[in-house]
Amino acid sequence: MQKQPDGRTPELKKCRVLGPMASIFTSANTGSFRIERPVVDYDKCIKCGICARNCPGNIIEIKKEQKECVEIDYYYCKGCGICANECPQKAIAMVRERGEH
Amino acid sequence: MAYKMLDGNAAAVEAMVLARVKVISAYPITPQSYIAEKLADLVAKGVLDAEYIRVESEHTAMTAATTAQLTGVRAATATSSVGLALMHEVLGMTAGIRMPVVMPVVNRALLSPWSLWCDHSDTMDERDSGWMQFYCQDVQDIIDLMLVAYKTAEHDQVLLPAMVCFDGFFLSHSMQKVDVPEQELVDNFLGEYKRKNLYLDTSDPMFVNDLTPPEDYTEFKYQMKVAMDNALQVAPEVMAEFERSFGRKLSIIEEFQTADADVVLVTLGSMSGTAKQTVLRLREKGLKVGLLRIVLYRPFPFKQIREALKNVKVVGVLDRSSGLGLPGGPVWVEVSCALSGCGAVVKPYIGGLGGRDVPESTIEKIFNELLAIKNQETETHTSWIDTKANAMDIREVLKVV
Repeated sequence: MQKQPDGRTPELKKCRVLGPMASIFTSANTGSFRIERPVVDYDKCIKCGICARNCPGNIIEIKKEQKECVEIDYYYCKGCGICANECPQKAIAMVRERGEH
Repeated sequence: MAYKMLDGNAAAVEAMVLARVKVISAYPITPQSYIAEKLADLVAKGVLDAEYIRVESEHTAMTAATTAQLTGVRAATATSSVGLALMHEVLGMTAGIRMPVVMPVVNRALLSPWSLWCDHSDTMDERDSGWMQFYCQDVQDIIDLMLVAYKTAEHDQVLLPAMVCFDGFFLSHSMQKVDVPEQELVDNFLGEYKRKNLYLDTSDPMFVNDLTPPEDYTEFKYQMKVAMDNALQVAPEVMAEFERSFGRKLSIIEEFQTADADVVLVTLGSMSGTAKQTVLRLREKGLKVGLLRIVLYRPFPFKQIREALKNVKVVGVLDRSSGLGLPGGPVWVEVSCALSGCGAVVKPYIGGLGGRDVPESTIEKIFNELLAIKNQETETHTSWIDTKANAMDIREVLKVV
């Protein structure tokens, strides 16, 4: 009989587990299926935050004290392009992933 | 030891009470309703120390039972037919998060045509859901296999849920003298339920059944595959221990007069009893016929069936579900696969659908045909064995018998 894991694994130290479980707030890398990523041109950006307010994934954070103030969490960004469409300055470009253009 | 007159539903309730279930969430459906009602009655009267959750559907019944069991108690539910179909989504969760829930399923045909009566189309549709499946031949089997199912499902090396399937009306509503084990013996056999894996505990929280990316999905499924493989070893060990504790012999497949048989029929469920009777009667006439009854259908006892039937020339498989789009039903497909390369001819039969009785005459018809094929007297094969001659006539449902 092939034994199932019955010890604590280093990554999941909480308990012996079989089956899907997480002990910290985390999620699968849903950014992995993105085809295009939003890239901000900070020479045009006016720090209005409209991109963040319209992001359906709620994964854009505006840090006004920084010059590069738009922080996009690419782990979750699906590349939908809504931020680029909503930007009043047309400061966000959608750039192909994997370098192809 | 106490004998009681019980029907199948009452026997399932006895088993759940003996297992000391602490949470019940069951939604009534014919022919299972008595289980939901009786458990509610026992809780209301204070006989059974459990919480009864009234749910609005089977989808919720399964969700509540699974999540209740996550808190570290045995939970109970039961269903039939379209109720099982409505649970389909959640059945996968229960298996995937490795909760060893044990559920009696009272076999009833799936629609359409709409039916209240027995066949195996409901549980056959869930055969790949990650649940184990036991099929009962009689009412005694229901108590016995329920207890075996708890112990197998909760085994460290298994941790998978189990369905204990029994035929609607043929077993659920027929009375039989049943040996109900004593509580103390069952307590010793099953032990107290302890959470062994995932759990819900507010002082030690975890996310269960979270989104799993392609990097991990295959491995979780592989762990379930290993658990299924393990169950094929664990179930016979549990059955041996059951025999030591309660004195009744159980097995994952039952070989009946197969040793010297020329032809063997494979069945599961209540029709196996009729088939055994037919075997005995035909044996008196000197016909070498045998029966193989599959008790544990998931995990499928592939090697055991191959070993049992490797020298048989002609094998028939009687499916109690229609297997539309294939020449035979699912049991035939799998038995054929198990016997591939053995040289046996494996013939599919379909019968007993939507509550149609499977009497000795039907079984005898199959055996006669199998013997004729074996003796090369005929190539005729009547796969839909109990269909009326006028099956293609356009008809109306004028009366429900």
